[in-house]
Amino acid sequence: MFSYPMETVLELRGIVKDFAGHRAVDGVSLSLERGGFYSLLGPSGCGKTTTLRMIGGFEQPGSGEVLLNGAVVNEQKPFQRDVSTVFQNYALFPHLSALRNVEFGLRERGVRDLEPRATKALELVHLAGKRDNLPSQLSGGEKQRVALARSLVLEPQLLLLDEPLAALDPKLRKEMRAELKAMQRKTGITFLFVTHDQEEALSMSDRVAVMNRGKIEQFGTPEEVYLRPATRFVAGFLGAMNWFGDAGVRPESTRVSREAPLGGPSRKCVVESSLFLGNCVHVNAILETGERAIAEVPRAQDPFAEGEAVWISWHPDDERRFP
Amino acid sequence: MRRFALLPARIWMALFFAAPMAIVCAYSFLTRGDYGGVERPWTIESFARLVDPLYLAIFWRSLWIGSAATGLCVLLGFPLALFISRAGRFRNLYLQLVLLPFWTSFLVRTYAWLFILRDTGLVNTALQSFHIVGAPLPLLYNDGAVLVGLVYNFLPFFVLPMYATLERLDPALMEAAADLGARPSATLRRVIIPLSMPGIVAGSVLVFIPCLGAYLTPDLLGGGKTVMLGNLVQNQFTTARDWPFGSAVSLVLMLASALLLAGLMRSRVAKELL
Repeated sequence: MFSYPMETVLELRGIVKDFAGHRAVDGVSLSLERGGFYSLLGPSGCGKTTTLRMIGGFEQPGSGEVLLNGAVVNEQKPFQRDVSTVFQNYALFPHLSALRNVEFGLRERGVRDLEPRATKALELVHLAGKRDNLPSQLSGGEKQRVALARSLVLEPQLLLLDEPLAALDPKLRKEMRAELKAMQRKTGITFLFVTHDQEEALSMSDRVAVMNRGKIEQFGTPEEVYLRPATRFVAGFLGAMNWFGDAGVRPESTRVSREAPLGGPSRKCVVESSLFLGNCVHVNAILETGERAIAEVPRAQDPFAEGEAVWISWHPDDERRFP
Repeated sequence: MRRFALLPARIWMALFFAAPMAIVCAYSFLTRGDYGGVERPWTIESFARLVDPLYLAIFWRSLWIGSAATGLCVLLGFPLALFISRAGRFRNLYLQLVLLPFWTSFLVRTYAWLFILRDTGLVNTALQSFHIVGAPLPLLYNDGAVLVGLVYNFLPFFVLPMYATLERLDPALMEAAADLGARPSATLRRVIIPLSMPGIVAGSVLVFIPCLGAYLTPDLLGGGKTVMLGNLVQNQFTTARDWPFGSAVSLVLMLASALLLAGLMRSRVAKELL
């Protein structure tokens, strides 16, 4: 028998889920410690949402176990599990005001001081002024906040967020990142955030689980998954990556020079285009093999002209090798 | 161009709605002819006769039976529609089954109930052969039989709009309710029923209005005893040969239905504004 440290709030053991002959989740094991901000990151169709739905109780794993606070909850219905979900399209009750939406779960739990608690939750998401508005009278960002307040007010063991920022406009999405993170820290509730946006996952999370084809390829801090990717997929999915044979090098780790470098790895190539991005310049180059590479260089240099022959070089420590 | 496009609709409405309405309206203010038909002078006598306790009783009886039938349709139809909306790939099959009775005539289906409910019918024969009852139960020619007939005939009119409403409900809302701790019964009470009110109202109106004016079902299953407004109208135009009074009853029936509809529309609008 295993013993559980008190701080493990969720554990997945070899979760498998098939849909009509297609294996959506293929042996996912994961352990989350209480109070952290976690992300499940992967391309669409990688099984991240299905994994989330099995934690919430909306889908049954074909095999494997879901443990909450050390207890297997496979048999528990969603209404019996002390986890809460912020749905992708918010799923606010359209016939109830913002306040009544937030009170919904409290009422089911037989809480007495419904209104003060729901009001406080709305204050936490800066929506106290819209308490009497119906969902149809709220903007996308406001709906999102109500959905968040509706789950947070229940103080669940674990809050599941299913691409909650996907429907917001880009500016609001960036603002919400900082706010979500602050809210997680303030409440101390464990967040498990599902997203396909690597920037979102890296900027908010304490740890990121990168998923591909139903499997977790790497689970680590944002620095670990970005700087020391465990697999070729992780390396390619998180940020841009140049491939020189088996060696992967980030564009920001490369240098571009007109003369051949004295030592270290380098490749001769031809500049295809040079893009001025404000804070830096992206040099798109074509290698002698016909492959493409991107180098991120400071803008202070003389701009590289199209068709110019150059060398792309990097420090051996900055390359990642995947057989 | 626009006027042209609407022309067929206007002609249709004039021919099949406005003209018959005008005729019924005119008849109701005329005097009865000795052998049916209508004669002058113009009078409001037919409307004055409506307040006769005899006719008021028929009016209340129609309201009561119509309401009871509608209530039963809601109680039976809502769970049925909910079941069908969740039946996955069997949905279409179940919907076809709901519509199956329409393949035969209304009259034939109502007659069938005579054979089921009469003293030597299916129910009584079964009950007697299992010695559950000694003598046949009086199942036919009473309010209960009329109610059974009305509910049977009009249930699909409730189930179809109800199904359409339930089918449109976002499944994520049910999941959200469960996620927030609501058991299935609480989800039904707090989410599904409130959100399907438009379907319940629409279905109820579709059942109540034809029930109010039902004629064939009370005539066949109620015997002579259970007279509803529809039977009264029929009676005035045939046996009693009092076309003006029959027209007046028809008008009142239509007016009651229209008022009911208007009231429901207003209450629904009011509800959505709240």
